[in-house]
Amino acid sequence: MPESSLAQPRIHGSPSSAGRYGTMTSLVLVSPLILLLGIAFAYPVGRLLWNSVFAPEPTLAHYTRIVAEPLYLVVLWRTFQIAFIVTVLAFLFGYPVAYAMARIPGRRAMLIAACVLVPLWTSILVRTYAWIVLLQRNGIVNTVLQETGLTETPLQLLYTQGAVILAMTHVLLPFMVLPIYSTLRNIPDDLAKAARNLGAGAPQAFIRITLPLSLPGAAAGTLITFILALGFYITPALVGGPRTLMMSTLIAQQTTELLDWPFAGALSAVLLTSTLLLAALYRRALSFSKGFSNG
Amino acid sequence: MAEADLALAERVANVRSRAGLDVARILVILGLGLVLFFLILPTLIVVPMSVGTASYISFPPEGFTLRWYIAYFRDPSWMSATWFSLRIAGVTTLAATVIGTLAAIALVRGRLPGKELLQAFTIAPLVVPHIVIAVAFYLTFAPLGLTGNFYGFAIAHTMLAVPYVVITVGAALQRFDPALELAALNCGATRLQAFFHVVLPNILPGVAAGAVFAFLASFDEATVAFFISGIEGKTITRKMFEDIDFNLTPVIAAVSTVLTLISLTLMGTIEIARRRSGAGSDH
Repeated sequence: MPESSLAQPRIHGSPSSAGRYGTMTSLVLVSPLILLLGIAFAYPVGRLLWNSVFAPEPTLAHYTRIVAEPLYLVVLWRTFQIAFIVTVLAFLFGYPVAYAMARIPGRRAMLIAACVLVPLWTSILVRTYAWIVLLQRNGIVNTVLQETGLTETPLQLLYTQGAVILAMTHVLLPFMVLPIYSTLRNIPDDLAKAARNLGAGAPQAFIRITLPLSLPGAAAGTLITFILALGFYITPALVGGPRTLMMSTLIAQQTTELLDWPFAGALSAVLLTSTLLLAALYRRALSFSKGFSNG
Repeated sequence: MAEADLALAERVANVRSRAGLDVARILVILGLGLVLFFLILPTLIVVPMSVGTASYISFPPEGFTLRWYIAYFRDPSWMSATWFSLRIAGVTTLAATVIGTLAAIALVRGRLPGKELLQAFTIAPLVVPHIVIAVAFYLTFAPLGLTGNFYGFAIAHTMLAVPYVVITVGAALQRFDPALELAALNCGATRLQAFFHVVLPNILPGVAAGAVFAFLASFDEATVAFFISGIEGKTITRKMFEDIDFNLTPVIAAVSTVLTLISLTLMGTIEIARRRSGAGSDH
């Protein structure tokens, strides 16, 4: 029954119409959340950033230090470099998985989905611990390498940049797979079939039809992976060493060991700004993909 | 003659390209298998590690023993960390579910000035790197004596968990037909009655899913917990972090297996419920 044919409802209490809640009621409902986020999130983060400029007196010294000292520039550069490599690897590994998940029918699709979701649901600490077990000096990877004769002495794998990249790629891979999967699932398989009927080979149909249509999901997955990789703490802290210091581990070091809060605030501001800029891009990519699935 | 030649040439070309396709197919399947193995291996590996007899981490593990599980359940420091985490996760679940559900109702169904901005603010704790939140929280709450204790954790984890509830309950509310609520109001129900008898039962699966996400967001949370734990008030994730860093024993594998079982059971239940209810096809 269309809504307009209903008699004007007589509503007790609230003066709102069409089943919506009035401004006062809405404000009351949302106020505990605003209070919580204000006290536990916005105020502390704001204070950290404020400290970086105004503690004890107004200065930009903490920011110029990031750019002036080669050590910090190296860390900044390395953070973006690692995040970039991790994102590229996650895309190369993740796209085929997402494609298989969307196109393979039945039980095998469930198996692939389980391989993606089970690690996503496993605690990050557990997954990082597993990588330490795999990569340590007498670990599984070294054992396999020695038994197959690829190396005579065990290799130093842990606490290297390679280890950080490998473990981070593993932890972030599901965040790449799921957005790509959800756009691929909404692309009718008939489109690629039509292209094949018109004489395109399978690779050509994929490159000219399916791939371009899945780009919004790929953009979303790429951005979310890159954002998470930039600020990641647990995995680089445990799998990396002093020579793989990233923004997050540097911020931790400044606060727990050196107690340099203003400088930690300045580093946080740089990390936060990069993240928010990318998040704004993400929102655009998302509205782009929504536009596609609705139309 | 020429036509037959052409047909033959075509057939040869077909056979060749098909053979090429088969090789490509095998390579793709092989590559896919390797990636899936890479994905699942770390989760699976902790189980055999936790029942091996060697007291150092070795592979392949030898023998079978439950000694590391017993060591975990008998160690007072592991037990107090576990209970501390469970208590925090319990309170977080309750607080985040109530606060998040109320806010989701206002954000989806209410009239609010600056709604877009409010929605962005709500999910901000998910976007801002946890290391920044952790350091900031410590800076503000340590002087108030709210680090290393239950109340500080309850506040921090409720803040981190509440966006998950708002998102899940918000999605459930968007699927709910407002005409049903209108009908109840039309029949003389008050707003509160309509909410508890009509709206809430309909969005309950979403609320339950949000509650599970909130529980895991707290129970598995490691970065903020690393910074605001104390010597007394220490979560299981902080205890694990310390032991992985300084004292790598198979007890960690046993704890990891327990944690993984908890997460998989909770998330698996939600996933199965979601698929059963047909919400998985979100059309």
